[in-house]
Parts: sequence; C-alpha cells; structure tokens
Amino acid sequence: MIAFVAKRLALALAVAVAVSILSFMLVRLSGDVATAIAGEGAREEDIAIVRATYGLDRPVLVQYLDWVWSLLRGDLGTSYYFKSDVAGLVLDKLPVTLKLGIASLAVALAIAVPLGVVAALRPNSWVDRAALAVAVVGQALPNFFFALVLVMLFSVTLRWLPVSGSTTAWHFVMPTIALGYYVAPAFMRLVRAGMIEVLGSDFIRTARAKGVPERRVVLKHALRNALTPVVALTVVQLGYLLGGSVVIETVFALDGLGYLAYQAISHKDLPVMQVVVLILAVVYVLLTLAADILNAWLDPRLRAGM
Amino acid sequence: MRRLFGSLVLSLALAATPALADKASNTVRFAYDQAPESVDPLFNNVRIGVIIGAHVWDTLVYRDPNSGEYKGQLASAWRQIDDKTLEFDLRRGVKFHNGQDFTADDVVYTLNFAAKPENKVTTQANVSWIARAEKIDPYRVRIVTKEVFPAAVEYLAGPVVIHPHEYYEKVGPKGQNEKPVGSGPYRITSHVVGKSVTLERNPDYFRDSPKGQPAIGKIEIRFIPDGQTRMAEVMSNGLDFIMSVAKDQADQMGAVPFLQVVSGETMRIAFMQINRLPETPTAPLQDVRVRRAINHAIDRDTMVKQIVGTGSRVINTICFPAQFGCTDEGATRYPYDPAKAKALLAEAGFPNGFEVDIVAYRERQQTEAIINYLRAVGIKANLRFLQYAAMRELIKGNKVGLTHQTWGSFSVNDVSAGTPVWFGFIGEDVTRDPEVRDFLKTGDTSVDPTARKAAYKTALSLIAERAYAVPLYSLPTYYVASSDLVFKAYPDEMPRFWEMSWK
Repeated sequence: MIAFVAKRLALALAVAVAVSILSFMLVRLSGDVATAIAGEGAREEDIAIVRATYGLDRPVLVQYLDWVWSLLRGDLGTSYYFKSDVAGLVLDKLPVTLKLGIASLAVALAIAVPLGVVAALRPNSWVDRAALAVAVVGQALPNFFFALVLVMLFSVTLRWLPVSGSTTAWHFVMPTIALGYYVAPAFMRLVRAGMIEVLGSDFIRTARAKGVPERRVVLKHALRNALTPVVALTVVQLGYLLGGSVVIETVFALDGLGYLAYQAISHKDLPVMQVVVLILAVVYVLLTLAADILNAWLDPRLRAGM
Repeated sequence: MRRLFGSLVLSLALAATPALADKASNTVRFAYDQAPESVDPLFNNVRIGVIIGAHVWDTLVYRDPNSGEYKGQLASAWRQIDDKTLEFDLRRGVKFHNGQDFTADDVVYTLNFAAKPENKVTTQANVSWIARAEKIDPYRVRIVTKEVFPAAVEYLAGPVVIHPHEYYEKVGPKGQNEKPVGSGPYRITSHVVGKSVTLERNPDYFRDSPKGQPAIGKIEIRFIPDGQTRMAEVMSNGLDFIMSVAKDQADQMGAVPFLQVVSGETMRIAFMQINRLPETPTAPLQDVRVRRAINHAIDRDTMVKQIVGTGSRVINTICFPAQFGCTDEGATRYPYDPAKAKALLAEAGFPNGFEVDIVAYRERQQTEAIINYLRAVGIKANLRFLQYAAMRELIKGNKVGLTHQTWGSFSVNDVSAGTPVWFGFIGEDVTRDPEVRDFLKTGDTSVDPTARKAAYKTALSLIAERAYAVPLYSLPTYYVASSDLVFKAYPDEMPRFWEMSWK
C-alpha cells in the first residue's frame, strides 16, 4: 500500500510539473507578450519598457526557472496588470469561487440524484424520457446562454434577482443554478445506469423476497451502492465546474477566481494566468490522488495493477 | 444567436414596468467592460483609466470640450518664455483630498518624476517630451521641453495630472492606486482591484475650476465584462449609465421607455493601411493605380449610413477633422466608382484582380463590408481577424498587404498624436515616403501654428494623392442611460460626471 501511495504521489507531482511547463510555454507561444501587455496604441518605447520591466527579453527557459525558483520560496509573483501580489489577489477571489463551486455541486446533485433514481425505476417510461430530455438540454445548452436566459427571466422581467455582482447571497442564486445545471447531466446518467444495474442484482431480489418495503430497497439497498461511482465522478466534474466558473463568473461579473482568470487572459497577465492554472491543476491532481488512494484502500484489486 | 437574444430581452423589457433611476440617492451607477490596471493616470492606458483620472485629478490646463479653448485649471495663466520653455502661474487656495495645499512643489515633483524613463510611466509619449520642471517661486513653475514641442499645452491638459508631492513620494504609484489622493471634483472612497471603484463628490473642490462644481453626489463604477450583462443591468434598473454599446443593441434599447440612447462622434477614425514597401507580401499594392482603385472601390457613404451608425462621418485624410492641423482641403478625393476602380486595375495590368489578405482586429462587420466591395471589383480579399498585438506583429514584419485599423489619438487634439504614427518611419509605417515624413516632422516641431498647419496640409495631400491609405470614417459611440440623467456625449469618449445632473 505504501509503495502504491508513493507511486501515485510521484505521478501527481510529475503531472503538476508538466502542467506548469505547458501553461508557461503556451502563453508565451501565443504571440509577443510585451506588445500585448503594452496595449493598443503603445509605441515602440512603451513596448521596450514593458519587455525590460518583466524580463521578457530573457530566454524562456531562464524565465521558467526563475518563476519556479520564486514559487519554491513562496513568492507567487506580482500581477503585470493590477500591479499587486498574485497571492493576495488569488486569496481575495478564492472564497467566491469556492462558495459558487460547492453550491453548484449541491444543486447538481439535488437535480441529478432524484431524477436518476426516478428514471431508473421505470426505464423507458415517460418519466425516464422527461429526465433524459432535462439531461440532454443541460448538456447541449451553452452555459453562458442558459445564464442569460435566467437573467432575462428573473432580473429583467420579474425583477426578483440582481443581475451581476457578488455582494449578497441573492447574487449567487442564478450563477449557482446555471453552473449546477451544467454539470448535473453526467451525474444523472451515472445514477440512472448504476441504479438499473443494482436493481437487477441478486441481493435486491433477496431483499424484496424478504419483504423489505420497496422504499427501503430503493433508498437504502440500491442507491447506496449506485452512489459509489458518483463519488469518483464528483472529482472529475469538479474540473468541469472550475472551468465552467470562468464563463459563469464572467457573465455575472462575480468577483472570483474564474473572473480573475478571464481578466488575466484578456490582459496577458502571465503571473496571474500561471498561478491560476497551477492552482486548478494542483487541486485537480490532489483530488484525483485522494480518489485513487481511497479506491485502492477500498478495493485491493486496484493496487495490484500498478 | 446573440442578436436573437437581444430581441428576446427587449420584448420582455418592454412588457416590464419602468423603474426609477437611482435619483433618490443622487448616485450614478456606471459599468465598464474592463478594470484599469491602475487608477493613477500615469500608469494606465485604457479609457476607463482616463475617465477616472479626470474626475479624481486635475491638470495644469483644461481644454473646454465645447469650444476647444484652453483654460487655466491648476494654473491661472501661462506664457511661452522661449522655444522650449513655458511658464505657469499657479492657482492659490487649491487643496488635495488629504488637505494638503497645492503648490509649485507638486508640479515640479510630478513632472520630473514622470519624465524619468526609469519610473516607467505607461505611455512614454505622454511625458517623454519633458526635459525638466523648475520652481521659480511657490506659485510659479517653468517647464522645459527636450525639443520644440508645440503640443505641450495639449498634453498638459490631458494625460499629465498633478499628484500631491509629499504623499506620492511616500506611497509611490502602488500606494496612489490603493489609496488615491488627487485634487479633482471627486475623490475615490473605495477601490476593490478588478471589481469596483467608488467616487464621491469632493466638498472642498475649488470654486473657480473650469470643470465647475459637481451635482452628482456619488458614482459607483463596476467592471462587468459581458455586454449582454451590462444591457440586462440597465434594463432591470441595476445601472444608470453604460457606454460603448453596440449599434444593433443600442437601436433596440431606444424602445425601452425609461432609457435614453445617445450617440455621438468620437475621435477614433477607421482607415486601411496599404503596404507598398518592396517587402510587401502583395506586390500589386506597389502600383499607385492599384491603391487608387482600392480607394474608389469602397462606398464609404453607404457604410456610414447602414452599418457604422449615427454620428459617424466620412473622412478624406488620415486624421480626425477637429485635430489641430487636420484638413482635407486640396487632398485628392476618391468617390465610390467601381467602374473606375476596375479600369485602374486593368490599366495596372490586373484586369482579373489579385488575391490579398486583409487583417483586422475590431468592427468585424465593417471589414466584411469592405471585403465585399473589393471582391466586386475583382480583388479577392480574405479576412484574417486577429488580436491587436498579433496584427501589429504582422504589420511590423511586412507580412500583410491590407489592414483595417482604427486610431483614437489618445484623445489628443493634435495631428502629431495620429498621422506620424503611420507615416513617420516608426515601427508600423508600411509606406515609408521620406517626403511625407519630412513634412510631418516640420509640423510636429515648428512653433508657428501657421507653419505647422501648412506642413501637415502638404503631408496629408501627398498621402492622399499617392493613395498610401484608405481614409474611411470616424467611429460613433452609443451611450445608454436612465432617461432621468442629463448628460452630453463628447468626441473624446469621456463621460463628464461632474457636469451631469438629474431631470
């Protein structure tokens, strides 16, 4: 088991390093950064100053090693655009994204689990079809469009909710629904498939034969077992959620990490972009690692293969 | 898809109940698409930075946007001492927001600080003309320019604001961004980086300021990147003022009863740059007949009427008509004449046209119209729509024949801030005509206004005659605001909240 954990840790570290190199190189491949930062109408001398100020005239490898060395000393750098510490910016914005992420996940599960269960109980019935329709629409609709439809209905017409910002809890209602609905379909399909499989298994038949009430069979015996893969999927969906939050936070001008990422990309603010990408990658790697270890601990067969 | 959405929103908004603006609390809620990198005018080059800057800080000179006349703001009078020296008498009794008195030390410190390249002022051209500033007595200063620089007063009326010297020396540009102190009609009471800036009326603003005393008590500025979201905010009474609204959206919002749509001409001009250098990727462009054909091929009047919008006008030279030195008098004009364009192409040896890439970075719809006009005379133009920085690299590397560009001259009301950028032999000059360069140089550096005007006129006529570019039109901008707000649109795209009031 220890050997397995060590192996997975090494792999996770390798992935994090690879992501940091990739993100570092990609943003620099997308054109002359100094020209982009200097902005429209900047003259040659302005661009030269930008280039020298940020050390963009050095070889990319030197820039990368310099950045990694600063990271190791706990210095995340200074934003090119906002001129303040990246660490401070990120810590300021993180709580908004965490709130949004957790709330959206809750919304997604609240939609997906009941729908999945109901659909599985009567496969191919109208209930199943309706649930499928909800899932297909959720997956097909671009989330920014769904967000705008919500705005149109709840803010412009009904005037119940504020359009944008992050001052009150009300400001989070529409972003949460939009983002939750965006990740819900994957959960729903997994719950449905899991339930259908479990409901057909021997122990369910046994439970029913023993005369256990149907409600208890579904909720206690079947759902519990069907939910195990959902836990693993949550980790994967968290990635979608964080990616989706860039769009949703931008649409609702919600002052979180996703919005910060959008601002950083549009201003070629490399230090911020790199740190945001790195944070997302590390979070993702850590969660995957935790899920792998948990699964291996639960199921010894998984350890052998590694 | 987005347009469809716009109409949907509109139909619902019309059904919705009209709301009162935030008149009761005397607050204007305003949103802009991007946050400034710093609120210190010396350290940003974005429009919202210019807007905030003009409210929080004052300059030595003020240019009256209605008459174009220069008036004393922090200075009460000024005079030219010699070719390179200007002397300013400073106003007494002006206080900064922290209570400190304004004196010559503030002017001298700020200008000398800004002039040093190592202090890295964002737009060097705004300050690089300053050699030094000297204190004569507590209320008199002299500013010495490096070269003869007739546009100095224009710059001192625009981007060069005056900071309180003791405070600025202590906190630096970083502290000035976090807790800004100026002397303007509004002071910043809250600045959340990347999210919002709140301005409140400065109760001690000096009586004689040409900006006048502000009536609006508070301005809440939020940064909302998405245009649809900003639109939804004004329609649900979450905002009172937005700007740079797309023409089609503005047209629709004109029908909402509690909103007003105001459009106006801006100083931003649109034009096409033509690479005629020996290294051009499109050799036919070296022939003047081909360049003239391109000029004749485009129906600018129809474009202005149908897609550019209200407030726009056709231009015939590469400058904004109100700029000092800008004129189209005596410049060759190229009316829309596709038959003549075809004839010119045939004469140049291209009866079947040729292929060319056209690079653009904004107003895509307009570029597409231009492409259709060019195709109609046989020039097979292909669109390459890029980010500004990427386009700029292509131009500098001689990798593109035609570009559809725009230029706002940093709102500087002088040809020196525009035309020389494209024809003065710097990075993006893709025509490089020494004769044009020399006339522009004379215009940029003569002291005598008549000599300047004459030199610019000759340069602009040469550019037109040799068809080095295609002058298109000035671009309009649309504002959408609560119908209770009284305001005026100016060509420099500067909403002046200190002038606004409620109906």
